[in-house]
Amino acid sequence: MVNMKYLIIGIAVLAIIAGGYFIISSQQVVPVTITSGGATFPYPIVSKWISEYNKRYPHIQISYQPVGSGAGISNLLAKTFDFAGSDAPLTDEQLAKDPVIHIPWTMGGVVVSYNIPGIGSGLKLTPDVIAKIFQGNITKWNDPEITSLNPGINLPDREIVVVRRSDSSGTTYVFTSYLKLASKLWVLGSGTTIRWPVGLGAPGNPGVASTLIQTPYSIGYLEFFYAHNNSIPYAAIKNRDGEFILPSLQTLSNAAKAGAALLSKDVRSAILNLPGKDVYPIAAFTYALVYRDLSYMDINKARAIVNFIWWAIHEGQNYSEALLYPKLPSEVVKIGESLLKQVTHQGRSLI
Amino acid sequence: MKNISKIIFLENFFKLILKIATLIIIVIFLLMFYSLFERSMPSLMENGFYILFGSSWDPNIKLFGGAPAILGTIISSAIAIAFAFPISLSIAIFYTEYCPLRVRPIISEIMNLLAAIPSVIYGIWGLWTISPIIKLNFQEPIIASIGFIPLFSGPAYGLSIFLASLILTIMITPIIASISMDIFLKTPILLKEAMFALGATKWEVLRHVVIPFARRGILAATILGLGRALGETMAVTMVIGNSYIWPFQSISLFSPATTITSKIASEFPESVIDLMHNSSLMSLALILLLFSISISFITKFIEKGVKYR
Repeated sequence: MVNMKYLIIGIAVLAIIAGGYFIISSQQVVPVTITSGGATFPYPIVSKWISEYNKRYPHIQISYQPVGSGAGISNLLAKTFDFAGSDAPLTDEQLAKDPVIHIPWTMGGVVVSYNIPGIGSGLKLTPDVIAKIFQGNITKWNDPEITSLNPGINLPDREIVVVRRSDSSGTTYVFTSYLKLASKLWVLGSGTTIRWPVGLGAPGNPGVASTLIQTPYSIGYLEFFYAHNNSIPYAAIKNRDGEFILPSLQTLSNAAKAGAALLSKDVRSAILNLPGKDVYPIAAFTYALVYRDLSYMDINKARAIVNFIWWAIHEGQNYSEALLYPKLPSEVVKIGESLLKQVTHQGRSLI
Repeated sequence: MKNISKIIFLENFFKLILKIATLIIIVIFLLMFYSLFERSMPSLMENGFYILFGSSWDPNIKLFGGAPAILGTIISSAIAIAFAFPISLSIAIFYTEYCPLRVRPIISEIMNLLAAIPSVIYGIWGLWTISPIIKLNFQEPIIASIGFIPLFSGPAYGLSIFLASLILTIMITPIIASISMDIFLKTPILLKEAMFALGATKWEVLRHVVIPFARRGILAATILGLGRALGETMAVTMVIGNSYIWPFQSISLFSPATTITSKIASEFPESVIDLMHNSSLMSLALILLLFSISISFITKFIEKGVKYR
């Protein structure tokens, strides 16, 4: 009899638990799975955002595959990615065919890094000198054009080893676009892959960083945080106002602030070589790309995507500086807000 | 009666499975060939022979010449084979003829281990460890002494077609050596003993019995090694320096160069939005495939010659 009693109590307890679970789970929002990917440059911060966002909204599962900007865009256009990350914006031609919205969600800078034994960060370089080095017109470290910019620094009589990317890359695109804009001497054009007349090609930022570390008297270009994390010295570059500026979270963020006016006209504008006393000249936004009309997907998914990007450009920015990404200035966040409001699902805004 | 028909059915069923398995491989090969061909068509139409003989590669002005990459692949593999072949044969001969029996398992185990190391590890090792050593102790002294010969001219980068060939040599030696070892061991003992009984020296036995007997096997092993060298991507990408200046601006072996595989691995991910760029990389892949196929045909041809002599 006692056993029977316990059994009944047990069943009752189980029933209550099950019922409670049922009520709770029926109230819970539908789980959403979002597939995205693209640029490798923002990958560290995007994965941080995803894990933080997932802590707050456990039912939203986001994955981001760092497959490169080009692959990100083509996957977005094929609708295998729900949104994409890209360093390079779409061209007018592509936009006419596919109405995609660009939201600047984080930014970075390209630094000119070097390995000259005994010389730390802060070597002064002008865009013309950088152009000449990477084109092979200046071949020695003690070339008068470099020494005259750096009185007091004893530059060695050694050949300059140029290190650049072997793979197609947004970093190359930003760096060569800057040189094209800032130096009349630059003749190699701009693009994700260009025809380098000199130097070693290394795959990816990690490849360039390790080749620089391995090769004394070398020079190359890197994303800011790769140079910073690997303690590879970087140059102070002469900006449009004639100041030599070292890259830092602050001087990069200054570039974003200086570019806000351009961005409000066309969000795809480059923020290279902008005027301003303390603006670092080689900075770039990286974008989250979504279709303007998300009617092709489930409403819950569409809402989750827009909310996630909204969160990333607001709260998400608090995680930026720890990972060496500059914080977006409020002017740029505002532009992002108005763009996100344009994303619709069956004619209705999602925010 | 029932049993017999069941056996026949099973027999036919078994045969069918074998046929299907073989057919799948053939179909996959044809499909691969077809899709490569189809994807490279736009570039082949546009660039024509420039993809084979052109020396410039600049996607921004739609210039796609593959010659430096094609030559890089061929020359780095050829140098690797030239080094690896005598070294592997020496190892195999030592192993079968001179090595104490107790040491044999150690050697064969090491060979197997070396052959199984993932290529990215060879790449990292080449980039971090071998490149600085080679640069300081080999390239710089040579450039300083005989650098006036264009083949050995400077500057010394470390990363170069020479280093790539060296790493490839290290990668393919265990493959060629371990296959040759197995083949040498298969030489009929009777033949060897008969030679010794006639008063032949060890060298004569090797020269007249072991090596002629193993000739086809050695050839097959070498082709396998060559195949690995031609197709190697990761390790080569990390140590070759990925530059298009070789061999048209500098023929120096110490100059950075590129290969078909490293070019494809480097540029493919970002090329998907540029049809011509993408298609040109596909053409390079097609050229590599045709190259591999023709090598295997030539091998068949040589094998026949060897057999009938």
